[in-house]
This record gives sequence, C-alpha cells and structure tokens, in this order.
Amino acid sequence: MKAHLTRRYWFSASHRLHSDEMTEAENQTVYGKCNNPYGHGHNYGLEVTVSGPVDASTGMVCNLADLDAFVEREILDRFGHSNLNVLEEFAGRVPTTENLCREIFERLESGFKVPNVKVEKIRMEETLMNSFEYAGGRELQV
Amino acid sequence: MVYLTRRTEFSASHYYHNPEFTPEENRRIFGKCNNPHGHGHNYTLEVTVKGEVDRRSGFVVDLKELKEVMNREVIDALDHRHLNKEVPEFKTQIPTSENIAIAIWQRLEPRLRVAQLHRVRLYETPDLFVDFYGEK
Repeated sequence: MKAHLTRRYWFSASHRLHSDEMTEAENQTVYGKCNNPYGHGHNYGLEVTVSGPVDASTGMVCNLADLDAFVEREILDRFGHSNLNVLEEFAGRVPTTENLCREIFERLESGFKVPNVKVEKIRMEETLMNSFEYAGGRELQV
Repeated sequence: MVYLTRRTEFSASHYYHNPEFTPEENRRIFGKCNNPHGHGHNYTLEVTVKGEVDRRSGFVVDLKELKEVMNREVIDALDHRHLNKEVPEFKTQIPTSENIAIAIWQRLEPRLRVAQLHRVRLYETPDLFVDFYGEK
C-alpha cells in the first residue's frame, strides 16, 4: 500500500526581490515594496511530502527521525535566520519563494536517499495568504 | 468532477511496538513512540469524495449520509480508544498514521454508495499528516 506522508517545518529568513537585469524603475514596478533596498523577512512554513510503500514491519513510509534530521541539517540550518540574497544559491537568481521552492526541492530530491521513499513535492507558505508548491516540474496530485 | 471534503476529529492513544524486533530495535526505530504505556493524539480526519454534481439536488454526495458513515465506521470505532488494544486492525499492525489512514479507507470505501472515495488525509498533529489514495 502506497501512502503519502507530509511533515511541516518553519524557518525565518529575509530577502529582497531585485533583478540586476531590470532598471530601477522596472524593479519597483514588478516587485513593489518587496524591492525596498534593505529587504524584509518572513516566517516560512515548509511542508515536505514523501511517498512510498508502508513498510510491513514498521508501519511507516519513512522514519520521521531520518527526515527531521535531514531537513534540520540541510535546509533549516542553511536557510534559517539567513539573508537569502547573500547565499551562493541565489547568486544571479532572485530569491522569490518560487526559486526557494526549487532550491529546497532539489536539495531534498538529490540528498534524501532512503530506499523506496520518493520526495513527492514541497509546499511553502510565505505568509498565511500565499503559498507555493513544487514537485520537480511534475504535475501535482490533487 | 467536483471534490468534496468533510473534516472530523477523534482522540485516541497508541504505541509503536513490533514483537518481532528486539527491545533495542524497538527503541531505536520507534523512539519515544515505543513507551510501553502509550500516548495520545487529537487526530483530525479529512475525507475527500469525488463525483459529478447531481442535476436535481446540486450535491456530489448527501453530506448527511457521509457524516453518518464517518461517524459509524470511524469515530465510533476509534474515538477515545486505545488503538493497539481495542481496534481489530491493530492487533496485527502497528497503528502508525499510515496504517490508520489505510484502515479508515478500508472501513469507508465499501460503505459509500453515491460518491467515490478520493483521499483520506489524517493529521496526527498540525505539523504531520498522511494521505492515502487507495493505491496498492
């Protein structure tokens, strides 16, 4: 039996939306107050969904302790309480939540290797009013 | 096709233990969930059904009927129970959220007459949930 398991995490970070390929006026038009020069911050909610067969001996898709340890080390320690714009991951890339989703998904997909477990998708809440989902470019399951 | 979700809650206790594992393995794999006297959660259950909207009633499913089936098949059986000791499915399976979601699907699916069951989502805490779509 295949099941999907989702775990929710939180981290806080700052960013400024600004593209070097646009003029100052264009940046202000496109990004509005997100373009304010000194940046601003969010409490990001991160939901990680993994899927796989439920192991008959443990009753689990994946041991949560393993997932928590990976996310803590590779994502929360890296991005939590950071200024996203100064990280090398965002050199030449605007740290929108779309791009942050892609970066985090790729870290999970390439680094979280557990037999029979697939990183299905992530969902990020930038605020309670907007959220983003990314499944490595695949269509999302309803 | 329209999807409709009904939410309900139940409270239950459980612990994780596989008699085929050694005590050390049980502690290593299940951590504090292996504590022998168990612990509890307020579970939130979301049941999603799908179907075409009936032209005359405007319904995908009669919500009253869905509520009755959920109450009878799930809430009456699981609410304020010790899952390991009082629910037949968990005499032989570990009552993880994965297995509880599958058991809820298997309880509901044969009883839903009008709409088709699409997803069972079970929250163990607000930060942890399992989805089961009936996949093999």
